[in-house]
Amino acid sequence: MMRMPVSAMIGLFFTSLYFLAAIFAPVIAPYGMAEVVGGVWEPMGPEHWLGTDSIGRDLLTRMIYGGRTTIFIATAATILSFTTGSILGFLAATIGGWVDQALSRFVDLVMAIPSLIFALVVLSVMPVTITVLILVMGLLDATRVYRLARAVAVDITVMDYVEAARLRGEGRLWVIFREILPNALSPLVAEMGLRFIFMVLFVSTLSFLGLGVQPPAADWGGIVKENKEGIVYGIPAALVPAFAIATLAISVNLVADWVLNRTTSLKGGR
Amino acid sequence: MGNMLLEVRGLKIGATIHPPGEKSRDIEIVKGVSFTLEKGRVLGLIGESGAGKSTIGLSSMAYGRGGVRITGGEVHVNGRDILKLSPRGLRAVRGAEVTYVAQSAAAAFNPAKKLMEQVTEAAVHHGRCSREEAEKRAVVLFKKLGLPNPETFGNRYPHQVSGGQLQRAMTAMALCPQPDLVVFDEPTTALDVTTQIDVLAAIKDAIRDTGVAALYITHDLAVVAQVSDEIMVLRHGEMVEHGETDQIINRPAKEYTQALVSVRSIEHQEKTLAAPVLTVDGITARYRGTKFDVLSDVNVSLAPGQTLAIVGESGSGKSTLARVITGLLPPSAGKIDFAGRTLSRDLAGRSRDDLRELQMIYQMADVAMNPRQTVGTIIGRPLEFYFGLKGEAKRKRTQELLDQIEMGAGFIDRYPAELSGGQKQRVCIARALAAKPKLIICDEVTSALDPLVADGILKLLLDLQKAEDVAYLFITHDLATVKAIADSIAVMFKGRVVRYGTKTEVLTPPFDDYTDLLLGSVPEMRLGWLEDVLSSRRMESAGN
Repeated sequence: MMRMPVSAMIGLFFTSLYFLAAIFAPVIAPYGMAEVVGGVWEPMGPEHWLGTDSIGRDLLTRMIYGGRTTIFIATAATILSFTTGSILGFLAATIGGWVDQALSRFVDLVMAIPSLIFALVVLSVMPVTITVLILVMGLLDATRVYRLARAVAVDITVMDYVEAARLRGEGRLWVIFREILPNALSPLVAEMGLRFIFMVLFVSTLSFLGLGVQPPAADWGGIVKENKEGIVYGIPAALVPAFAIATLAISVNLVADWVLNRTTSLKGGR
Repeated sequence: MGNMLLEVRGLKIGATIHPPGEKSRDIEIVKGVSFTLEKGRVLGLIGESGAGKSTIGLSSMAYGRGGVRITGGEVHVNGRDILKLSPRGLRAVRGAEVTYVAQSAAAAFNPAKKLMEQVTEAAVHHGRCSREEAEKRAVVLFKKLGLPNPETFGNRYPHQVSGGQLQRAMTAMALCPQPDLVVFDEPTTALDVTTQIDVLAAIKDAIRDTGVAALYITHDLAVVAQVSDEIMVLRHGEMVEHGETDQIINRPAKEYTQALVSVRSIEHQEKTLAAPVLTVDGITARYRGTKFDVLSDVNVSLAPGQTLAIVGESGSGKSTLARVITGLLPPSAGKIDFAGRTLSRDLAGRSRDDLRELQMIYQMADVAMNPRQTVGTIIGRPLEFYFGLKGEAKRKRTQELLDQIEMGAGFIDRYPAELSGGQKQRVCIARALAAKPKLIICDEVTSALDPLVADGILKLLLDLQKAEDVAYLFITHDLATVKAIADSIAVMFKGRVVRYGTKTEVLTPPFDDYTDLLLGSVPEMRLGWLEDVLSSRRMESAGN
């Protein structure tokens, strides 16, 4: 067993706690997701560990189901952005020429528009379903991944081993997946943690603005929105999801840092 | 004892290494080395990479590179132990009493400052003299080092002078504070042979005229023989032999030193010409977007199972020729015939057999292999790709190839990072061989290796040529290598072939001017070679 730094251990603990809660939500949630079980904004107690929300639903249940939605959307969007972003980035780097120019300038164009505003515009004309949400978020974020993947791959394509593969007559797919990808993996993995967090924040922001996950489905940004009036009366219900978002962000980053440290010292790591 | 300048006693230098997947541990880089140096003498430190030469050289300034620390021993400069000095005391020693000339002058100069400012900086900063005096001294040094327009040379920026001039400017920088000791760390290694000889002569004159003592670090015994009074041979951080230059070169006592002296003893019988496997016909090429022909009208040919050496200094178009032949750079004129058929100008138009029969080995074996693939994958891929070998058959053939390059069974599952430099190059050879090629292009394959290791690689290549009847196009700037292995030679200069023929023809006088210069510049392992060459050149120019 390799020695693991304390920070990574803390990060791993919270990350897996949230992910497990998300996966097993129907099993561990004490009440139904949209079930009204008590008065408005009841305080924390043995009945309701985190109290109840603005219309009397159990906040812990809402948090667990909310985490499920938030984490699912963020994960799906991250996977989407990484597959499209890195494949396009690698293609641009290996083909070069006008393909690279066209893709890169298009990405510059998309990145020039603030992604939140772009998403708001798209989501206000499209039906807001989870699929659309994932597509919009994933594709917008793919531009960031594209930039990183292209930059890393450009460095690798000039290596003699890539030239050797081309001289051997290898196809482009082999070059991308067998020569470039293994050597580009560690910066991409590190970036993945960061991008996942941006996705969590992005979907929470959209829900908070009312264009993300639609009620009665729960998600952390939505729970903040539903309970934000309570803060004026000293009700902490809105702070609970905010705290969850913050701890998830920090702990995923701690894990990503650790992964980066581990992989860069791999044999022949970059 | 009055003129004892540097005295190193039982020097031990250690470092902590962090191998992946293992516990960090301390290793000893230098294991108790002792030597002394009198005023005005030059000591050559020689050994292969990892022998601890540079580390010892830097320790005479009480300096260790990142992660390296001096763990024991004493270093006396002018009678005091500088390892015990405070940082302030050390500052007074470094750059004033002891100065340093680095290998890569281009990386050692600040590109944003003029040369004069950098050359005089140390002398002025240490209060050895005023700025005016320092500049006067620098001009004298520029003149002494044979730099053009010494009065105004200092007004140039580093990028405005050539590599050889920059290296001499750095020597001027080291000599300007009038130090007692200069440490030269491979000052001519990165230079072409024709430039190296000028720099070497300049350094030698400057050392003699200023009476400074010097540590001269290099891996090239022939070079160190020209400049030093005594030589210390190092290996694995220990001293092998230490003696007067004459004794080390002519009567080496230890086996390792003898091997170093007799390196390049390979004999290769020149073969007669036969119908060529490769014909390069009137090739002219330029890089995209430039208006300058890197190659113009190159004609060479190569018979099966023979070796054609392409010789020239950097920028002569040697590697570009290789790129044209492999199809990476389509030529603008001319054609290439290979194995009875005309090759397509660019890579995309070539058949799988064209690609298979023409393999390439690179200079830097480290970057020629994917660091994330094992040796088995690296060698096995051409087997799978060209011959469809899979599973057990592939592994068996891979092991056969490993045996052929004299590497045992344990290597098949290793990663490139777990191999030594020579082993890496051997794996690259096996990868090329796996394709059963008719021609292998070897692009400076030995120039990044230590002499003894390079010798092993050359021997292996010759043996494989006999066994597999493969032709080599051997690109190199090292004439000793050429003499050892070539059947025919093409000398390139500024993109043209200036001399071409069998080895005997090319190496027999009368020479054209460039070939003469090139051949005359290769350091020979005997005392007084530098003086002989320089005096013969002076006589020639006097005669003109």
